Amino acid sequence: MNCIHVEFEVPGNNFLSAGSASDSVKSTLKKLGVPSSAVRRVAIAMYEAEINMVIHAGGGRCYADIFDDHIKIVMKDEGNGIENLELAMQEGYSTASDDVRNLGFGAGMGLPNIKTYSDRLKIDTEVGKGTTLTIEVDFD
Amino acid sequence: MKLAELAKILNAKIVNLPDPNAEAESGYCGDFLSFVMQRAPEKSAWFTVMTNVNVAAVASLTEVAVVVVCEGSKCDAALIDRVRTQNIALFETDSDIFGAVKAYVNGR
Ligand SMILES: Nc1ncnc2c1ncn2[C@@H]1O[C@H](COP(=O)(O)OP(=O)(O)O)[C@@H](O)[C@H]1O
Ligand SMILES: [Mg+2]
Repeated sequence: MNCIHVEFEVPGNNFLSAGSASDSVKSTLKKLGVPSSAVRRVAIAMYEAEINMVIHAGGGRCYADIFDDHIKIVMKDEGNGIENLELAMQEGYSTASDDVRNLGFGAGMGLPNIKTYSDRLKIDTEVGKGTTLTIEVDFD
Repeated sequence: MKLAELAKILNAKIVNLPDPNAEAESGYCGDFLSFVMQRAPEKSAWFTVMTNVNVAAVASLTEVAVVVVCEGSKCDAALIDRVRTQNIALFETDSDIFGAVKAYVNGR
């Protein structure tokens, strides 16, 4: 089985560069001929996770392994972690500031979107330590 | 509808238009980017008042045909740069969102 590994730094508090990891993975998947519906799901899930890293965790790192039939993305940050994961997963729940909301983020739909668009999602989070999302999307 | 025609009926300022003959096939209105990502169809015209650089990221990943910035909002310089380098069509119009959508729908 073939595997392509890529890594990206997601800088903290920089909205300008948020989206570059998902954009890059998206064009790689397109070149590989992955169906466009799967590419869209990957791009949305990754972008939401990137944005969360920027607005809630001061940045982090993104690792992606692209296999023949699926992609595994690990988004790892060393931010404050998520206190109540069940609450955070609810549609509309957000602790984002007004400044962030004025930029169009903070709808509280990020984690729910990631869940919807991924085939498998694992969230490891510890208050004071950080958060790691493992997102898998199948190409079909 | 061809994007050049859409710009005309909206009396829009063309900030970027890589392909005037590209078509908008449907539409979406919204400002919260998570909703836009969820719901904006490919090749749609996206009507919004958001003007920051993340608009380009969302337009690119949803592959909308054009972003229509309404209500006379002016795009940030970073957004203008980004849509030009990423070949994203973007217009600015003084019309409010309801008016812009009405003109688009009536013109189709
Ligand atoms: N990487 C993260 N680190 C710390 N907190 C997070 C992280 N991701 C999400 N959260 C918390 O979970 C909440 C819900 O996240 P999300 O559904 O993406 O909504 P939003 O980002 O719009 O607030 C956030 O408001 C925040 O409190
Ligand atoms: Mg979020």
